[in-house]
Amino acid sequence: MICSEFRAVLHAFLDGELDLVRQVEIEDHLRTCGACSRIHQAQLALRSALKSDELYFRAPANLERKVRMAAQPAERKRLPRPRMPAWIGASFAAAAVVALAIFVVPKLSRPSRTERIAQDVVSAHIRSLMPGHLTDVPSSENHTVKPWFAGKLDFSPPVADLSAEGFLLVGGRLDYAADRPVAALVYRKGEHLINLFAWPSGSTHESTEAADARQGYNLLFWTRGQTNFWAISDVNAAELRQFASLVRAHLS
Amino acid sequence: MDTQPPPSSAFDQVVVPHLDAAYNLARWLTRNEHDAEDVVQEAALRALRFFGGFHGDNARAWLLAIVRNACYDWLRRNRPAEASASFDEEVHSSAVDQDPTPEDLVIEQAGRHRLREALEALPLAWREVLVLRELEGLSYREIADVAGIKMGTVMSRLARARSGIQQQLAVDSKRE
Repeated sequence: MICSEFRAVLHAFLDGELDLVRQVEIEDHLRTCGACSRIHQAQLALRSALKSDELYFRAPANLERKVRMAAQPAERKRLPRPRMPAWIGASFAAAAVVALAIFVVPKLSRPSRTERIAQDVVSAHIRSLMPGHLTDVPSSENHTVKPWFAGKLDFSPPVADLSAEGFLLVGGRLDYAADRPVAALVYRKGEHLINLFAWPSGSTHESTEAADARQGYNLLFWTRGQTNFWAISDVNAAELRQFASLVRAHLS
Repeated sequence: MDTQPPPSSAFDQVVVPHLDAAYNLARWLTRNEHDAEDVVQEAALRALRFFGGFHGDNARAWLLAIVRNACYDWLRRNRPAEASASFDEEVHSSAVDQDPTPEDLVIEQAGRHRLREALEALPLAWREVLVLRELEGLSYREIADVAGIKMGTVMSRLARARSGIQQQLAVDSKRE
């Protein structure tokens, strides 16, 4: 062991990240080399100084209560809602139009589930537009965004590069909808942001796009490749439909 | 606690046991007590939202990763210059290759407040790895996961952070 070798692994040695053989070699070296030993001593001194209680900021006594209070509305949101919100009535006309679309009929046989997902999607979309909530992994590279989800979700969401068609990838985010963690992919079309939510459908059943409009946002949802997709944005319905068909085309 | 509503499993499994760690990290990254409280509340909300995605057994590292991201989001929103300060490993690396001098030992005499100032003065990217390592005792693997960097980067940033603090303290002691 020579001194330059020691200095190269000094920090791994200090932090106990070396294998046993290397660890022993270094301990031997430190016994015989005054210069390296002094460096080591200085590092140990720094370490013990940093371990001081005065440098560790413990949570204030009332923080747990504050966090618990803040968390309550979010927890309630996850419970099924027996009552329909008042604004459902206002969007009844839109819902009637949707009902005309024949492919929606199977969905309507289970209105409560779709209804709840739509609420989740709208809430998650609005929340994502608040400052600092849009992306966990900001990147226009689908090769960066897709692997980011590995280890965070129990599935690998499809991430399409649609930049050639004018839909630019902004990034990805973990979100919560349909009573489970979902992948949220964020695209930009001009000044408009599109959230594309994806999660496993758990069956081989596929469905074509169904449309909805709520609180000023257009929604499209479909199932393909054993994945449920929900797209939501303030782009107009035609553009959102174009976006959805591009996503389908890229992933088929 | 009897008057509280039923606690959520996520909250009691992940957030409460590690609230000190969450707050300590947020406090060192934001360098402000009130901001740290805000960030921890936001992080707890995110933890609750994403709890279904938590499959591992390392709740503390999982929560600290969320806290760390919440800190960066908060900094981007409130102190964009600080958060986006372009971080150039090469430019900041001058300290590393210098041979340490006996002055390193001044650490033993340095007051705690000087140590705190030196730690707070470190660039964000160094400060976070040093806090995670020395104050939270995380392994390189855990730090790499929390900060989203490679293990080799963890080691080089730790080296620079430690060297940066030692130099700062040495300068302080010469001034006296």
